[in-house]
Amino acid sequence: MLKKRSTIRDHSAEANLFARRAFVGFIFVVLLIGMLIMNIYHLQVKDYETYQTRSNDNRIKLIPVAPNRGLIYDRNGVLLAENRPVYNLEVVPEDVHDLEKSLTELAQLLEITDTQQSDFLKDIRKQRRFKSQILKARLNEQEVAVFSVNQHKFPGFSIEARLARHYPFGDTLTHALGYVAKLNKDELSELKSANQATNYRATHDIGKRGIEKFYEQQLHGTVGSQRVEVNNRGRVIRTLNMEAPTPGKDLVLTLDIGLQQIAQHALKDARGAVVVMDPKDGGILALYSNPSYDPNLFVHGISGANYKKLLNQDRPLINRTTQGSYAPASTVKPHLAILGLEEGIVTEQTQVWDPGFFQIPNVDHKWRDWKRWGHGHVDVYRAIEESCDTYYYRIAYRAGITKISNFMSQFGFGDLSGIDIHEETTAIMPTVEWKKERFKENWWPGDTISVGIGQGYWTATPIQIANALTILVNRGAHHQPHLVQVTKQDNVINQLFTEEKAPVQLQNPDNWRIALKAMHNTVAKTTGTAHKAFKGVSYDPAGKTGTAQVVSIAQGEKYDASKLNERHRDNAIYTGFAPYNDPRIVVAVVVENQGAGSSVAAPVARQLMDYYFSAYPLENTVNDTSKL
Amino acid sequence: MIPLNYKRTFWQKVHIDLPLLFALIIMMLGSLTVVYSASGQDINMMTRHATRMASAVIALLFMAQLSPNTLKRIVIPMYIVGLGMLVAVLFVGVSSKGAQRWLDVGITRFQPAEIMKIAVPMMVAWYIGQHRLPPSILNLFIGFTIVMVPTILIKEQPDLGTSILIASSGIFVLFLSGLSWRLIGFAALLMGPAGFAFWSYGMHAYQKQRVLTLFNPESDPLGAGYHIIQSKIAIGSGGIEGKGWLHGTQSQLEFLPERHTDFIFSVLSEEFGLLGVILLLSVYLFIIGRGLYIAVNAQDAFSKLLAGALTMTFFVYIFVNIGMVSGLLPVVGVPLPLISYGGTSMVTLMAGFGIIMAIATDKRMLLKS
Repeated sequence: MLKKRSTIRDHSAEANLFARRAFVGFIFVVLLIGMLIMNIYHLQVKDYETYQTRSNDNRIKLIPVAPNRGLIYDRNGVLLAENRPVYNLEVVPEDVHDLEKSLTELAQLLEITDTQQSDFLKDIRKQRRFKSQILKARLNEQEVAVFSVNQHKFPGFSIEARLARHYPFGDTLTHALGYVAKLNKDELSELKSANQATNYRATHDIGKRGIEKFYEQQLHGTVGSQRVEVNNRGRVIRTLNMEAPTPGKDLVLTLDIGLQQIAQHALKDARGAVVVMDPKDGGILALYSNPSYDPNLFVHGISGANYKKLLNQDRPLINRTTQGSYAPASTVKPHLAILGLEEGIVTEQTQVWDPGFFQIPNVDHKWRDWKRWGHGHVDVYRAIEESCDTYYYRIAYRAGITKISNFMSQFGFGDLSGIDIHEETTAIMPTVEWKKERFKENWWPGDTISVGIGQGYWTATPIQIANALTILVNRGAHHQPHLVQVTKQDNVINQLFTEEKAPVQLQNPDNWRIALKAMHNTVAKTTGTAHKAFKGVSYDPAGKTGTAQVVSIAQGEKYDASKLNERHRDNAIYTGFAPYNDPRIVVAVVVENQGAGSSVAAPVARQLMDYYFSAYPLENTVNDTSKL
Repeated sequence: MIPLNYKRTFWQKVHIDLPLLFALIIMMLGSLTVVYSASGQDINMMTRHATRMASAVIALLFMAQLSPNTLKRIVIPMYIVGLGMLVAVLFVGVSSKGAQRWLDVGITRFQPAEIMKIAVPMMVAWYIGQHRLPPSILNLFIGFTIVMVPTILIKEQPDLGTSILIASSGIFVLFLSGLSWRLIGFAALLMGPAGFAFWSYGMHAYQKQRVLTLFNPESDPLGAGYHIIQSKIAIGSGGIEGKGWLHGTQSQLEFLPERHTDFIFSVLSEEFGLLGVILLLSVYLFIIGRGLYIAVNAQDAFSKLLAGALTMTFFVYIFVNIGMVSGLLPVVGVPLPLISYGGTSMVTLMAGFGIIMAIATDKRMLLKS
């Protein structure tokens, strides 16, 4: 060391050299710091807005908030479809210290099976740990209470309420109301093409059938949104602001739940359908199809086993009131009588001889009357009162299928009634062209004869039968049959279906009177087919029975119900109205495979009318028919 | 130069350079403020941070008491022991996050590289300082070797950040000793091919990825580019005045990665804006200026070179860290000196400042001679 030290060194020159280098170094530092500041200036001042926006995009998220679905009431304000809070036991995995242990302890309080536990543990691994997961859905009141008492032992677990659709009357209203269930892929793409996808961002359920589907748009409402601040894992830190959703509109139906219950009760186990209409405006008072099913099963996702049960041969999923095609049978005789009168085939006074059958000239085939020995001389009144077939064979033969078809189409046969549910079929009002297209066959005159008594190729739905009678009792005025009366939102009431459809006009309007009077006689006269069923009522009903063959009976064979397969027995039909002089209610009843309309369907109609007039009594019972 | 009536003040007796100490205290207070925010107001973390600071201050006070002569005596053993530990760490080191940087000595774990941050410039300064300045080609070559051996060992751990810091500390000694401009120019010309060779053979895939990411961070916004994008958003959205202390959304909502360590500059920029950045850089510039002033006024070549190199290395820290978080340089793990949470790096830095203070207050040497 000392040796090296002794080397001659110019210390001041070295110091100067160092000072120069240190100065250069300092300038270098200043320049680079300047460069850093320029870069930061660029980021913070020049591009400030870009980064400000990106920073907000990072942290601010828009969360959609589902609107509350509109409620559905019956005509008297009884709640038919409501949104009930369902209580789910939920857990935020992140907040639980030992999830497995907690689950085991919880299983001692609530019913959670081992497989449920292990499935849940498996499921949550795929989910974000701070997101609330449903452990057990739809707790009952007792379970809620049991958990609440013990909640302090289970941090991270909580009971959360959300709104779910509930139908308090269950299977009584299924076919009219329909139901909501989980939105599926197809519906989602439909919503997308209708530009409604955004509106459904927070919605879980959508109307699948009935009113729930038809009025989906009104019931749904408009989605709201919540601006929230989230962290980098997407967890909500706080709500910045909220735009409340607009709830869906409430619907008030024309239905009367009491009448609906009577319909269900009266049909008991029988397959059948009931339609009750208010002739003043086409409002439907009852629409019941039997057998029915509980719509609540579908709301939370129906199990495979339960769904299989609904696929039985009684076909409960079918809405018989609008999708059931039945031969209208004798219930259309009043309309056909009017056709005969209008066409001059018969007059009010014409007496037709009924030997018990009808024959087309030069044809051997005999079209039999239901009364084997015949009704003798019948005029238009007796032809309806006693439901004489031969009389109508004659009218049908003389009028021909085209005239029958054109005339009956005016009453809505062969066409959709336009009722406000989508599940509807047109049934068949046959024409020459229809047969050609359907069977590649010509229309034979014999085909027309069966149509004359509402059979043959002619089929109709119960709603069509009720609607056709409503047009008749209104003497041609045609109201759109409908289930929803008004929509309501914040006291804004919107009346629906106020427009009338094109009326049916007769050359001689007096023909309405004849047909209606004959229907009155059917009940009022002791010889009338519906007399027995309505004995002793005070509301002066009128109506028409019908008994429709399900399979044709071979020539010369006699109908014997007991010998026939149950499914091949006759359908019983009744259609009627009351009171005769100022109709308030029109009823159509179809009971499948139960025999005669007079003994099976008419008593059902009576129960409905009895209930109706006890619930909505007439101010003074008028039995006076002299006005007509 | 030194007046004969020279009398030492109290601060000189305890070997403290007041202006430097004052600036360092401002930095530590700033660090506490920003780390509090960046840690999400974590009191436990604050306690640990304050404890480290205290030990860093003790290291500073301790080192300040060693005279440059003492340092000269321990420099060779220190360098050799450090080198030995670097070799050891490659074989028996403890891995963490894919890099083998730690040596477990029973009671505690530490990174031998930290010792070399001081040992390397000291060794080079000692070797070069012994000879006439500017150094001869041979001495330059030896000095360069002293630098490169530990640098390569550290790069192999791999710890690119630290190896860059150590290489630059040694190279600064050579620069300050009067390395001829012609050689510097020649080296600059060599940088191109050398860089290419380094890229092809010397870098790990993840390191290459970081460099590529730098040029186009948006190409992989959720992967390699995520850190840089989020950091730039944090800095940019701070604007001129910042979002306010504890109100930086990028940092508080954890969009910013490594927010309390390597990316703490982004937190500061977000919450205190351009004004905060300028204030921080001003204090840094003051510290560097003071360090170089002390170096220029030091009593011998060793002290000058050592103080100068430590000061310039301090700047490299700053430049690499800020350059990296603001998107100018690739992401290498270098903390923001004196501000970032944690690590032995703060202790090493303060020890370095202790040495600078020792040099600043070492007036005896001249008086004796």
